[in-house]
Amino acid sequence: MSTNIADYVSATLTRRGRWGVGEILFWLIAAATLYFLPERHLILNEIAIIGLFAISLDLILGYAGIVSLGHAAFFGLGAYTAGILARNGIADPLLGLGAAAITAAILGFVTSFLVLRGSDLTKLMVTLGVALVLGEIANQASWLTGGADGLQGVTMGPILGLFEFDIFGTTAYAYSLTVTFLLFIVARRIVVSPYGLSLRSIRDNPLKARAVGIPVNRRLIAIYTLAAAYAGVAGALLAQTTQFVSLDVLAFHRSADVMLVLVIGGVGYLYGGLIGAIVFKVLQDVISAWTPQYWQFWIGLILVIIVLAGRERLTERVRTLWKGVAGRTAKSPDTLPKTSAREV
Amino acid sequence: MLTILFDGIAYGMLLFVLACGLAVTLGLMNFVNLAHGAFAMAGGYITAVLMNRMGVPFLATLPLAFIGPAILGLVLERTLYKRLYTRSHLDQVLFSIGLVFMAVAAIDYSFGSQQQLIQLPTWLQGRIDILGVQVGLYRSFIIVICGALVVALQLILTKTRFGSRLRAAVDDPRVARGLGINVSLIFATTFAFGSGLAGLGGALGAEILGLDPTFPLKFMIYFLIVVTVGGTTSITGPFLASLLLGIADVAGKYYVPSVGAFVIYTLMIVVLVLRPQGLFERAR
Repeated sequence: MSTNIADYVSATLTRRGRWGVGEILFWLIAAATLYFLPERHLILNEIAIIGLFAISLDLILGYAGIVSLGHAAFFGLGAYTAGILARNGIADPLLGLGAAAITAAILGFVTSFLVLRGSDLTKLMVTLGVALVLGEIANQASWLTGGADGLQGVTMGPILGLFEFDIFGTTAYAYSLTVTFLLFIVARRIVVSPYGLSLRSIRDNPLKARAVGIPVNRRLIAIYTLAAAYAGVAGALLAQTTQFVSLDVLAFHRSADVMLVLVIGGVGYLYGGLIGAIVFKVLQDVISAWTPQYWQFWIGLILVIIVLAGRERLTERVRTLWKGVAGRTAKSPDTLPKTSAREV
Repeated sequence: MLTILFDGIAYGMLLFVLACGLAVTLGLMNFVNLAHGAFAMAGGYITAVLMNRMGVPFLATLPLAFIGPAILGLVLERTLYKRLYTRSHLDQVLFSIGLVFMAVAAIDYSFGSQQQLIQLPTWLQGRIDILGVQVGLYRSFIIVICGALVVALQLILTKTRFGSRLRAAVDDPRVARGLGINVSLIFATTFAFGSGLAGLGGALGAEILGLDPTFPLKFMIYFLIVVTVGGTTSITGPFLASLLLGIADVAGKYYVPSVGAFVIYTLMIVVLVLRPQGLFERAR
């Protein structure tokens, strides 16, 4: 019996691990924009970065069920790490990325112990608090971060010593897209692994997960640390490609925005973050061209409507659409009714 | 020194009036309402606009600053909020953040992004000397009003029929409903009342806290600190928490300005991690 289940699980996971046609198409189109939309590379670069950031939030929110209002803490830490390194003469971008990932992961590991306890509300408050504390530190330590003026004088060397950053953002976009793609593959591998499956079971019912022998806390610490590293890399990409870091990277609205991105695209599957990033950025671009100062109003309205219309339903629709595109018929455990993550 | 303590108490009292409505929604209805500050902002703007554009005296604007947000709260509760009571916290957070964004942009659009200044009546300006302590008249006014409100709230909650119904509805909505208590009516009334109090707090605090379109975002964290640290099942918990927060914030800004809000945020995290149910609550 147990071997049957093991076989079934591994077969399911292998099947879900396969790349669908739609997915390959998605990335091919993304790569094609490098050639076909040269005048849009600056905004595409931002989309790639926000997409990576949203994937990072999806790892903890969509897969592990940890609500966070302070994910910008890791994003900002990564941005400042990369920025400060570059300003102090270590101009190699990849080195900066690595350093940002490591510092953000360390912060993620340390703060993960704080989010293991308490209700959703406590988690929201604690994550928000961590981001606020970091923002306050960055604001006060102006000798290091430039304070409210932002970190000036970030100059990046060429990537791998070969590709210089150009003014049109083409190199930047290619760089961000490549990094996002590589990290996406890793994340994709992780969520279809048995480890990813255990995360979902924790999300759906922590008590039961513990009862069947999943080390809940260790799993959560691991994914929180990993997500922090992802967010740090996203922040570093932003710092390196825009060559500027301001307190804005740690601001509350950044945490709120990334949540919105993820909600637009759909929580609990990796393309949600990417699709959400595209929709969000395009929306922002269109609305702010139309009414520059007040685009926040419409974003807020969209958020309210999404919630009232039923976030799960919307996500489900996007996902079935996606499944259709990807040519899959598998009925995955995703479609099981989700129990609320409220604490028992 | 005593002046700082006094200012801190006034600040804390103000925070309590602003946040106690949130204590109700969050504690009683288990609804994470990040948009609470928007109601406070509405009250503040009602006062500012009435005073600056129509020349209504300050005191006369205060009841309106209560009634306006209360009606707004009632309408929103009946139309939107009540649909979300049973949803997950994530949905509630997203929804209320959406409301905050809308409120911020709408106020910005209608009144501009600058600070709204209000001119206090002359009898509330200045400081007097009581037993060698410099005491601001307006701050004493705030302490008197907020103190009266605290006592009134406590009495309503513990002595009246409405209070006992509310507590019953909070403790166990299902049983309360079974006993014939109209829970949703009570929740709606309480929500409206809490929004009204927030509006009143916003009006009273316009002079001290400042008032601009980003108000709901700036003070959201303070309200949440009061509620989560103070616990949500009584009035006294949030009250003590707001006093502590007010005094700590004023003293912190005065003595160690370079540390800024850092201490408060750190303390909040520590309290939440050690006592997730709030500082003044017994563990359940």
